[in-house]
Amino acid sequence: MSTELFFQYFSAGITYGFLYAIVAIGFNIIYNATGIINFAQGEFVMLGGMTAISLYPFMPLPLAIVAAVIITTIIGALVEIIFIRWLDNPSVLRMIIITIGLSILIREAALFVWGESVRSLPYFNGNSISSINIMGANVSPQVLWVIGVCAVMVTILSLFFQLSTLGREMRACAANRLAATLCGINTRNRITLSFMLSAAIGAAAGCVMSPITYSQYDMGPGLAIKGFTVAILGGLGNSMAAVAAGLLLGLVESFSVMVLPQSYQEIIATSILLLVLFIRPHGLFGNKDTAALKEF
Amino acid sequence: MKNFFSKTLTVLCAVGAAALFCAAPIMAAQTLKIGAIIAETGPASFLGQPEAKTLRMLTDEINAKGGVAGKFKVELLLKDSAGQKSKAVSFARQLIEEDHVFAILGPTRSGSTLAIKNICEKNKTILISCASTKKIVDPVASYVFKTPQNDSLAVRMIYREMKSKGISKIAVVVGGTGFGKMGRMFLNKLAPEYGIKVIMNESYSPRATDLSSLVTKLMAHPEIQAVVNWSIVPAQTILAKNMRQRKWNVPLYQSHGFGNIKYVQIGGPATEGIIFPAGRLLVADSLDANNPQQAVLLKYKKDYEAKYKEPVSTFGGHAYDAFNILCKAVNQAGTLNEEKVRSTIEHMTFIGTGGVFHFSPTDHSGLKLDAFDMLTVKNGHFALYK
Repeated sequence: MSTELFFQYFSAGITYGFLYAIVAIGFNIIYNATGIINFAQGEFVMLGGMTAISLYPFMPLPLAIVAAVIITTIIGALVEIIFIRWLDNPSVLRMIIITIGLSILIREAALFVWGESVRSLPYFNGNSISSINIMGANVSPQVLWVIGVCAVMVTILSLFFQLSTLGREMRACAANRLAATLCGINTRNRITLSFMLSAAIGAAAGCVMSPITYSQYDMGPGLAIKGFTVAILGGLGNSMAAVAAGLLLGLVESFSVMVLPQSYQEIIATSILLLVLFIRPHGLFGNKDTAALKEF
Repeated sequence: MKNFFSKTLTVLCAVGAAALFCAAPIMAAQTLKIGAIIAETGPASFLGQPEAKTLRMLTDEINAKGGVAGKFKVELLLKDSAGQKSKAVSFARQLIEEDHVFAILGPTRSGSTLAIKNICEKNKTILISCASTKKIVDPVASYVFKTPQNDSLAVRMIYREMKSKGISKIAVVVGGTGFGKMGRMFLNKLAPEYGIKVIMNESYSPRATDLSSLVTKLMAHPEIQAVVNWSIVPAQTILAKNMRQRKWNVPLYQSHGFGNIKYVQIGGPATEGIIFPAGRLLVADSLDANNPQQAVLLKYKKDYEAKYKEPVSTFGGHAYDAFNILCKAVNQAGTLNEEKVRSTIEHMTFIGTGGVFHFSPTDHSGLKLDAFDMLTVKNGHFALYK
């Protein structure tokens, strides 16, 4: 294989990888604060994209995206306040089932509001045929946007969870909610905050990826599966690891096309998910002993 | 006295019941119950939505005029199959066994139609499909018809065009749906007739979000002179985008499944220059005045666009043809007898949006190669390709 082709496959894989990672990060935030997986994460991505597309005719693109992120953040907060906040010490299983129910609810509401049709935001730079040549591979400038947004988010989040008091408090909520409460942390507010953060990040992801992947009301579950695979593969809760795992999955998918039909891509992600769950449930970069202490 | 009352009551009941029983068949004779199985939601909704809208529009229109042949009011039972084969099958059973419909229009998709072909044939229910594959009418089932042009004809149109340009080595890429599979079969089967060699056969998931790695795989074969992208799902425009982003500028041919301007709108400039065969509905405005289809095309286009404020698509046209073929046949037969209406269709000539149909007992599609024109995308609009 020529180097040029190699870089073409490689760049495609990187694109997929960052798309998946950006979804996986949203999973990690809520996991870091609550210890559960929010299966409505894919719906936050959809809501962000669709809202921005609806607002775009009325305002400039950057403003539409900011507004979409804010609106989705508010929806994220409402979802938590209405459906989760009042639960007294819910079990992990119960919370997970609630989020699955929420994802269906949001999806149906979106179908009602936006209907079936497939839409997309315009490319941030250039249009659907422009591309930039990087090491012999032609890449759409939108891919650079995805990578950039993803990098910024990961950096800020890592710093936030490691260094800021608020971030540490949120992690404390997941580790031991009772102990966190006894230390004077308002655990309920921290959990609401985690939903808002992950909704915001999902919405931003939904906006930057929309020109590449298109947006439609039922795009959530597909993204959620990929994002979940990546989050598990990297080790839940670790955003840096999610990026690494995302790239790994993306590259595997991209190079697999050399030997397998493209329609088998979904199977690859699912197989990897199952393998990881069986063999290394704490993820490639996770710590087995730490994972053993957690409920999920 | 009590006896008198009870007797009167009995008589009244009996009369009432008899009246009901007598009335029932008369009422039934007055309504033409049409079932429709349309993929209004799901991956084929770009096809199903205009179809459903068209059927609703036509039903209102004909009922406002007093019904088919001035006496049969149309009752439309429209079911959303969401593009799923299993749903199409259960709706077909429900429409036939519980609702006792006179005929079924649709399904939207090839796979769904093939799945219910035998059910309709066995129950002697007329089926006029809005799906394209030739397999629907080959072998002929006496009660099954279809309105879109055969996929094999679309393949021939594309190959004829390629031959005239001297293209002989191509890649075939299909969306992973029933439509795609049938297309791939005909593309491979007919290629040798036109001296064309299919170098690569690939398929992609209908839910694909990016196809750059697939494009790379094709680009590894520099001898490929053109790509045929045979699909009905929105992902078909992603292939166009990724090809152009990679600066791979070989001609891109698509199927008649590209005939909705919404595909052009979401694909943007990447869809410029795509060449595809389609019925003339999309270019109704630029036809010669002596084209036999012109009046029909312009009327449908005007009605639809006035009512729904969106451009017509060929798919809505397929539903238009199906509905009107059925109504014309009922009108000519003058009765709601399945067998009579069926044989009327078999001997009918009908000027529709998809072309001029000449049905016969051996040809339940009725369209020839001349139903197609080659179209292209020019400045974000469909235009005749010359």
